[in-house]
Formats: sequence, structure tokens, C-alpha cells
Amino acid sequence: MSSYSITEPSVRLKWIACVLVVLYALITLVPLLWIIATGFKSSSDAIAYPPKVVFEPTLEGYVNLFTLQNRAGAEQLAANPPTTWYEQIVHDKGMVISGPSRFGERFMNSVIIGFGSTFLSVFLGTLAAYAFSRYRIPLKDDLMFFILSTRMMPPIAVAIPIFLMFRAAGLSDTHAGMILLYTAVNLSLAVWLLKGFIDEIPREYEEAALIDGYTRFQAFVKVVLPQAATGIASTAIFCLIFAWNEYAFAVLLTSGTAQTAPPFIPTIIGVGGRDWPAVAAGATLFLVPVMVFTILLRKHLLRGITFGAVRK
Amino acid sequence: MAEIVIKNLRKEFGSFTAVEGSSFKIEDGEFFMLLGPSGCGKTTTLRMIAGLELPTSGEIYIDGEECGRKPASQRDIAFVFQMFALYPHMNVRRNISYPLASQGMPRAQIRDKVAEVARILGITDILDRPVGGLSGGDRQRVALGRAIVRDPKCFLMDEPLGALDAEFREHMAEELRALHDRMGATTVYVTHDQLEAMQMGDKIVVMNHGVVEQFGTPQDIYDKPATMFVAGFIGSPPMNFLRFHGRVAAGATEIAMRHASFKVPQTRSPFEGDMALGVRPEHVRLSDRSTFRGRVLASEYLGTTQIVTVQTQDGQIKARVPSDKQVRMDEAVGLEFTSSTITLFDAQTGHALRSELNEGVLAHG
Amino acid sequence: MAEVRLGNVSKSFGSTPAVVDMDLTIAHGEFLVLLGPTGAGKTTTLRLIAGLEAPDQGDIEIDGRSVTRETPAQRDVAMVFQQYSLYPHLSVRDNLAFPLRSPILRTPEAEIRRKVQQVAETLQIAHKLDNKATALSGGEMQRVSIGRALVRDPAIYLMDEPLSSLDAKLRADLRVELKRIQAELGATLLYVTHDQTEAMTMATRIGVLDEGRLVQIGTPREIYENPVSLYVAGRLGQPRINVLPAGVFPAAPKGADRIALRPEHIRIGAGQPAQVVRVEHLGDQTRLHLSLQGHALITLADPHTALAAGDALSVEPANALYFDATGARIP
Repeated sequence: MSSYSITEPSVRLKWIACVLVVLYALITLVPLLWIIATGFKSSSDAIAYPPKVVFEPTLEGYVNLFTLQNRAGAEQLAANPPTTWYEQIVHDKGMVISGPSRFGERFMNSVIIGFGSTFLSVFLGTLAAYAFSRYRIPLKDDLMFFILSTRMMPPIAVAIPIFLMFRAAGLSDTHAGMILLYTAVNLSLAVWLLKGFIDEIPREYEEAALIDGYTRFQAFVKVVLPQAATGIASTAIFCLIFAWNEYAFAVLLTSGTAQTAPPFIPTIIGVGGRDWPAVAAGATLFLVPVMVFTILLRKHLLRGITFGAVRK
Repeated sequence: MAEIVIKNLRKEFGSFTAVEGSSFKIEDGEFFMLLGPSGCGKTTTLRMIAGLELPTSGEIYIDGEECGRKPASQRDIAFVFQMFALYPHMNVRRNISYPLASQGMPRAQIRDKVAEVARILGITDILDRPVGGLSGGDRQRVALGRAIVRDPKCFLMDEPLGALDAEFREHMAEELRALHDRMGATTVYVTHDQLEAMQMGDKIVVMNHGVVEQFGTPQDIYDKPATMFVAGFIGSPPMNFLRFHGRVAAGATEIAMRHASFKVPQTRSPFEGDMALGVRPEHVRLSDRSTFRGRVLASEYLGTTQIVTVQTQDGQIKARVPSDKQVRMDEAVGLEFTSSTITLFDAQTGHALRSELNEGVLAHG
Repeated sequence: MAEVRLGNVSKSFGSTPAVVDMDLTIAHGEFLVLLGPTGAGKTTTLRLIAGLEAPDQGDIEIDGRSVTRETPAQRDVAMVFQQYSLYPHLSVRDNLAFPLRSPILRTPEAEIRRKVQQVAETLQIAHKLDNKATALSGGEMQRVSIGRALVRDPAIYLMDEPLSSLDAKLRADLRVELKRIQAELGATLLYVTHDQTEAMTMATRIGVLDEGRLVQIGTPREIYENPVSLYVAGRLGQPRINVLPAGVFPAAPKGADRIALRPEHIRIGAGQPAQVVRVEHLGDQTRLHLSLQGHALITLADPHTALAAGDALSVEPANALYFDATGARIP
């Protein structure tokens, strides 16, 4: 009997879909897994050819990431017996720890600049989007287009003027400078995304609150913000991902105090060249905050993306 | 043109049963209504007839041929959706000609056909307009045009007037019925609006919780409801129920309640237990002579008539009386029922008790 | 509760006039219904009184005090919207308490609890108080919306088609309930609808709007029996009033262009010959669709009439309404 339905996929189709999804997941996840695995390899395993899939895990890469080391002679090694597990790892290579590396600092810079610019973008974006959504603003459409147009060329195209401006204003290699820069880049995206979400919230809610005795600002805080939470969350994720991963401006405008993790990680040099396990360990740790943030807001994000997608 | 027979049709969505073993027959050329509250399974039934949903079990015969599992495109039916489902990027003419073009009909023939349909529907002057700017009524006409143009065996309509505002709905309902009378095509129409069903239908199936409650002509369903659900769903205001605990013998012509007794159509079988006496508002008269009395709670003016709500010791009664009759709030009034129209129900199961009035209808329902 | 007065109020949106020269007084304790089709200016009138729109000209007074320049919050009005008025992020209880917690009222929490409970009981939603607003059925949501207005004691209640999204049965129940609550509170209520049944059954007076103008105001009976124009006559009555050229029947008054007949204006048995086109059994009434000299005519017959399509009969008018060429009533 031929069976047919437009709402229930056939068993064969379900299998095909399943295989495709698994394939896609493999292709996207393998590089990630490779980085995570490399972080736990020894220096020689990391560059072994053919690549080693099975290897003896070690925390050497992580120790190298967080410490500065010096080669030591036999008597110096004997004079400083290792007291902790990480000193032992270093000791076994014939080295001693001379102090902490700059990774922690750079990581904190990324956290401050990433979350700082995300907060500022979303905060300003929400206010601007509300105004664009609710008020009769002259030339509203042109202004919205102008805001979008700031994203039409890659931001790095104006790298030189920005470099000169930052130098003149004393913003080079400062946290405030980087937060401002990333906010400026993200703001147009934030305004556009959030305006879409706020447009979807019927005005009647605020009107009801106005009649119930609230001021416009109170109505915004008590009625609009809670309902825009989904949109705010997904906008925040987009902003954070951009600021967190940004590399080019970070290389150009920061070198010391405000340097973020992306330009720092690839510069980790080990004995006899690049220390790949340490670089991989840095990259792995660098993924964690964005992953945690995204997972925390996952429910909102999924709803937000589909919500935005079907919007007319 | 087609006759549609539904046999033991059943549909489950996971553990939820949307339609539970329905059977009914739609005669060739009939305007057939599937009526019920939302979630009663009427739309699922229609979608199964259309081939948009696969029955869990049971059969659908269109012109004698079982086609419960055939794809929609092979059933030769036309479906009119509630939200019109016009193609927004095409103008009216292309929307109407689309089903023909996709069948590969020659251009000249399509042109004639579209012109003819446009004339029937009175939309010749908007043929070259985009559908975006049309009013609700015109959109509905275009959607109908797209259905008619193929000369299908039957039309299936899912609340096609639901999206129109009340004022226009009545006008469109009349138009639709007149169109049906001209074309004579079998039409299955889903609605939750009992007035629409009564107004347009030749036959009505009343569904509730996936079960067919009653199936028959509008007047029969109205006068001789098979269940309390039907009695309460149809009519505005619906049938009044006076609930009581009592007993009747077979062949009785009178029923005793706590505070009053009423003449009723002769009963056919004995019953004892929780009962309900059902009487329609227009069969209640205000009468000073009556001993069955109550207090007026409200009066709603409706132009020709008014609805008077009376609180009695046995329950609330709404009466439809001429609007020139003066009724004051809190006034004590007597009530009389037209005894030949009364239906008694088993209040536990909701089923009507057989009587002289309804035995003909209940026998085949 | 208070008296509300609109004096020569006009409002346009761009070049589209929405409300034109509206003069309207809503008396203390009155249930006034504004009736008209979509676009007649009903909702704009409501929003002007609420302060959600500013009039282009004219003055709005509540209890003799001009409120034209006041914010919605200062006007002390309560409004029930057609839809979308429950805050989806709040529970039913918090929705009901929302107006009481406003900076204008600042009600003590104990008082809020008491009021919310009382209103919830009146509207039979007390068992749902701790549900999320989105977890309610349509009928319950609308009850909560009405409840949000009722927790306050405003100068006037404004209601914008609050029942239109509900099914017929619920609408009928809430109609009676709303009328009862209004009578009990002695509240001033302005209610906007395009549903003639709501207007006729609830209103103490009906105001009929046509393209932003108030064309007639009076009790439901006055509007039904003595419409000033063809337009007003067409607003009330089910089935719709029949409008035919005045010449169809003899003895039309001078200047009459059209004759309008409600079912009670049509006597069957004498007069002009007509054909039955269709018999519509609605249960409580049976509608006869007639063809009279090529004109369609709908009237009522006994529910169990023996008439069938194709039958011939005669009809004549009885106390029909006549209108001139402009649509104005000829007395």
C-alpha cells in the first residue's frame, strides 16, 4: 500500500536526515576536538607525522601556557627539587619555572573588554532601538539605513584613521579604547536586531501601563524590557562573540596593558619554536567563557534566532 | 461531482486522539457542515478528506473509491484555507490560473476559464491587481476562484470566513451559499460558528472531543438534539436545562420536578436518575397564569425580540419574547413551555431520552 | 465615577480624518456603546479620552475638569483593550495588581491582595490567580483584562471590543456579566464595538458613528425603531434591514427614494407577488429569501413553515421606513 503524508516524514527520509546531521557535526567538530586534544599532547606528539590519534595525555601544554621557564643545569635542578606536580613536569624537561606567564592578564583583558563592550552595546542599542521603534522620528528610515551602512565595509578598512585617532586621543592600548571601539562596531547590529524584537512587542502593553498610572520610562522598564529579554540575550551573544574573537584591531591597537588573548596566544614561544600544545591549551581555555555564556542563554538564543527569522 | 463516505475514521497524534471513529455520508451536491468547538477534530477530519493528513485507521470513499492514503493531488478536490493562502507575489489572474497552468492547460483555454470564473465571482475588474492590496472579501473571492477554476469533484473549506469581520461575514456567507446553489458542487465546510452552520448547511455534523455527537439537517438538530452538548452548542442563546433527580415511565406524558411538573412529548422508555429538561428560549412564554414562577434577572433587547433571564427555584431560564412586552428587573413572572418541543436528557451521559418528538431522528443518528 | 464630555473634538491622521467634530456627553453611571464598522473612528474616540492620542482641536472634560493636556496616568481612566493587554511575563495575580502598584496609586500590599482576590472572585478566575498569564484560555485572558480595569475605581471605564476575540457562547455569558457588574458598581462605561448584539443588549444609549461623525445617539430602542438615516437603519437588525426602491410598493410618501423593511414591517398574504428563492432554517427562526420584482428580500417565517423554494406569495409593507435620495429619513 502506498502511504503518503505531508506532515510525517518517511522512515527512509529520517535516516537520510540523520546521516547528514552526523556528517555535518563531524566536519565541524573535528577541528575543535583536534585543538582540545593537542592541548594535552607533549611537544613531540603534537608535531608527530603521521599525526597521533592515540597518545599519552600530559598537562605540559597548560603548564607552559601559565609559566615562564628557564633551562637549568644539573646542579641547579638538583638544588631545586620539585614540590608540586607542575614543577615536576617542568623539572622532567630539564627546566625551572621563573615566574607566571602573561596569559592570565591577557585573558582578563579579553573578559573586561569583551563583556564591557557587550554590555555597552546592548544598553545603548536597547535605548536606541526603543526610540526608533516607538517614536515618530524625522528621517527615521534614512537614519536606520545610515546606522546599517556603517557595517557595509569591513571595519579594518578604516584601521589607519582609527589608529591615528586612538594615538591622538591617548586611547591606544587602553581598556576604555578597546571597549569604545568594539561598541562602535557592534552598535549598528544591536540597534537593528533589537528594533526588530521591540517592533514585535505590541504597543498596547505600554499603552495599558500608561493608563494604569505608570510613566513612559517605568512602562519601558516594567513591560518592554522583560518581554525583550529574548532579543537582548541573543543580541548580547552576537556582540560578545564578535568582541571576544576580534583579532585585527587587537593586534593593531594593543601591545601591552590592554592586549587581549587572541593576539597573545599565537605568540607563545617554547623551546625550539612555537609551543603548539601551549597554543592549543590557550585556545581551548579561550573558548570556555563564550561557551558558558552561550549555554546559559541558549534557550533565549534559539527562540531569538527563529523569532527573528520568521519576522516579516 | 462527488459523494463522500467516511467510515470509522480515526486519527491519533501520539497519545492524543483527535478523531475517534467517525462515520457519516456526504451526498452528491450537498453543502455539508462540520461543526464543533475548537479542538473537536473537525479540521483534522477535513484535512484527512483532503489528503493533508493520514488517517490512523478507517476509510474515506470519494465517489465509491477508497482514497484515504492517496496524495492530495490525486483526489481532485479543492481546498480553501482560513487565511486565504493566496500567493502574494502573483496578481489575481495568475493566482486563479495557477492550478490550471500547473496542470499544463493551454494558454487560450486558461484565459477563457479564468474569465468565466471571474464573472461568476464578480471580480473581473480586479483581475490584474496584485493580491496585496485587496480587501478581505476580495481575497476570499480570489481564493474561491482558485478553487472553482479546476472544476474539482468537491470543495473543502476550513473556516473560510473566519478571518473576516462580523458584518462582512454574513454577506459573504450568503454569497457563498448562492454560489453553491448555482454550481451544485459537493462542499464540506468546517466552522465553529453554529449560526453559520445553520444558515448555510444542508446537513450538519456536530463534533466534540473527536466524537460525532449528531448528524442531520439543521432543523432536526435544532429541534431534536441527540445530546446535551448539541442542545447547548446550537442556538443563541442555547437550550435551557432544568436539572433534577426524577423518574419517568415508558409512555409518560408528564414529568414531575421538585417544584413543578410539565407536560412532555410521550416518552418511549423508562428512566430514573439525574435528568435535565431541555427547552429552547423561544418555546418559553411569560404567563401570569402559570404556577411555575421566577424572578427576572436581566433583559437583553435584540430589536424584534428580547431575551429575558428568569431565576426559578429549579434553575435559570432564558425566554425569547417579543420586544414590545414590558419586562421589569426583579419582577416575579410565571413561565409556560411549549410542551411538544421539550427534550428530556440523561444528565449523567448527556444523551436525550427517546420520545414521540425525537425517536425518528435518534433511530438513525 | 464621573461624567465625561467631548466638545467639538477632531482628530486626523495625516490627511485621513478619524474623528470629526465630535460632541458627546457620557453621563454619570451610563453604559454608552459606540457602534460602527471598522474605520468609523470608534477606537480613536476611545484613545482620545484615554489620552493615548491628542486631539487636533476640541476639548475633553472629565467631571468638568479639562483633561486635554493631561497624561493618560493623570486622567484616571481604565481601559480594556481588544487583545494583547495581559503582560505575558507576569502571573495573573501580578497582572491584576499592576495598576494598583503604579506610582499614582501606590496601594499597600495587603490592600492589593484583598482587592485582587475580590475582583478575581467576581470574574470567577480566583483559582487561576497564580497561573502565568499566557497559560490561560482566551476567555480567561479577557476576564483578567477586564479585571485589571475593575481593580481600580477610575472616573470612567473604556472598553475597546473586549469580547470580539471570544467564541459566541463565552461572548453571550460575558455580555450579561459585564452589564451586571457595571450596574452594581454604578460605573460610567464607554464601550466600543461593531457587534450590534453587544450594542443592543448592553447599552443604556448607543452612539452610531459613520466616518468619524456621530450620526445618531439614543437608547437601543430609539436607534432600532427610529433611525435618522439609511446608514443607521442598517446598523441594527438581524436579518439585515431590506432596502428597496420606494416605487416597488404603491403609496410611498412624497420625496421617498427608498423603502426599508425589517421583517416585522413585512406582511405576507396580500400586496405584491414574490417568489421564494430559499428557505433558511436557523432553528429559532426561519428566513425566507424572496425575490420581489427582481429585488432580493429577506424576511422571517414560522420555524416550521411549509413554504419551499419556488413557492409564490404576496407581500406588503406595514409601517415601513422611507428615506430620500440622500439617505435621510422621511418621517
